Amino acid sequence: MNYKALSFDLRRDCVDIIMAGGGGHIGGDMSVLDIMATLYLRKMNISPENINDPDRDRFVLSKGHAMEAYYAILAYKGFLDLDDIKANFSKYGSKYIGHPNNKLPGIEMNSGSLGHGLPVCVGMALAGKMDNRPYRVYTIMGDGELAEGSVWEGAMSASHYKLDNLCAIVDRNRLQISGNTEDVMHHDSQQERWASFGWNVITVDGHDYDALSAAFDSAAATKGRPTVIIAETTKGYGSSVMENKAPWHHKVPTQEEYAQIMADFVARKEEALHE
Amino acid sequence: MNKIPNRQAICDVLMEKAKDDRDIVVLCSDSRGSASLAPFAAEYPAQFVEVGIAEQDLVGIAAGLAACGKKAFVASPACFLSTRSYEQAKVDCAYSDTNVKLIGISGGISYGALGMSHHSAQDIAAMSAIPNMRVYLPSDRHQTKKLVEALLQDEKCAYIRVGRNPVADIYEEENCPFELNKATVLCEGTDVAIIACGEMVKPALDAAELLKEKGITATVLDMYCIKPIDQDAIIRAAENARAVLTVEEHAPFGGLGSMVSQILAEHCPKKVKNLTLPDAPVVTGTSAQVFAHYHLDAEGIAAAAEAIL
Repeated sequence: MNYKALSFDLRRDCVDIIMAGGGGHIGGDMSVLDIMATLYLRKMNISPENINDPDRDRFVLSKGHAMEAYYAILAYKGFLDLDDIKANFSKYGSKYIGHPNNKLPGIEMNSGSLGHGLPVCVGMALAGKMDNRPYRVYTIMGDGELAEGSVWEGAMSASHYKLDNLCAIVDRNRLQISGNTEDVMHHDSQQERWASFGWNVITVDGHDYDALSAAFDSAAATKGRPTVIIAETTKGYGSSVMENKAPWHHKVPTQEEYAQIMADFVARKEEALHE
Repeated sequence: MNKIPNRQAICDVLMEKAKDDRDIVVLCSDSRGSASLAPFAAEYPAQFVEVGIAEQDLVGIAAGLAACGKKAFVASPACFLSTRSYEQAKVDCAYSDTNVKLIGISGGISYGALGMSHHSAQDIAAMSAIPNMRVYLPSDRHQTKKLVEALLQDEKCAYIRVGRNPVADIYEEENCPFELNKATVLCEGTDVAIIACGEMVKPALDAAELLKEKGITATVLDMYCIKPIDQDAIIRAAENARAVLTVEEHAPFGGLGSMVSQILAEHCPKKVKNLTLPDAPVVTGTSAQVFAHYHLDAEGIAAAAEAIL
């Protein structure tokens, strides 16, 4: 499977969902997509067939606003129907809202307010330890999200309880709604901060499927402490129209921009197929 | 006088039930002592999670445990639990629909002299405003036991507020009528209906005795279930009375009094008086002194009842 090539089809689905619904968080969707796709398509023991299995792996999208990328992946995995999402996303009375909702199959917890995912995942990982279950627990946070104090409360308790079945991922795209993360609130050095809280820290190219996959394997092999993967990403990844541009946090493309974005995705997919 | 606080009754139930139920998990925020849960932590260390002084983490972790099949009981001072972790209560518990029971200990003005930071005179309003969150203020240790036993049977979240100090028994161990989400009618009269919750139920009952001496008969409702509130019981009590008095250890807006007034305005318009704490930091003192200061004692309740008739 050429995941890199596939990722541009998933990005197309994601942007189509945003166009259909007239809104979304396109920049963060693009930066987080490869991390989430690696988890759902290559790593996690989760599928529509085992959603009630107590041993399934758990995932919480802490940066819940990247919901359109999540929809694209859940649809690809068969949890949801892509056409139904595109027909109804954000529409009056729709079950497809702009943040995760666990009334939908495949979604474990509701999120949207930032800084919630890590403490919740600490609880899930503790339950796994208590019941001696083999599942692993994953959460993805945005880098702007790290200003929430609850993230660091969760970081403390995960390390205190030696939760090696827990893996947090930071989507380090260095942009948030107001601009550069380092201007809004200083977050470097991520590596030093997490290490000082007792975490195993892995830094990886967040758009490299093999590197991400290896990082998740390394996390699973690390015993006695939780792992954080600092995934260095590009906000708006996939199209020059939006890459590294803060206003694309939640911009909806015009028809011209949409055409260019789709053309860029096709070209990048071609590149990936010939790599 | 009973010396067992309601928080102790909660620990007793959880200790008993945890013998056969490994899914019961208790979480504290450096609060096991004040929650009377140290014996549980000692007896069931594998089912006890210490989170430290981190209330957001406390409730988030509880929700994660619950999402994986655990019956999570969080015990933390009501003043912090109902404010510092309010968003976790809203999103991780109520919105995500997880089986987390939030136990606000030392509620209301239990920490009398410690100041407003340690008072939770807003918790009924705050918690009741969250969709899918239930709110309970049991009145004595026997009812607290029945309530916790009942809540162990369901998988929904709830907020339970108990006070710090032992309170006089209203019920007896072998005679504690209890139906979940139904108010308990303690006595019936035709002049005034007194609707109270939590620690205010006992003085309300005592006030009914004082009123009887003056020839005034009162219905007293123990409305331990604030949400879902027992609307039928409120309407029934009001229909049989000339006026209604509500009594609560809570700020004036958004608590029991507000809810009763709202219901009666629509279904049974009647003269209603709300006895509450003030919309201000309360006077310094022990619980008893603070209650007396704001006429939230038997004499004050009786006088208020007389005044509205």
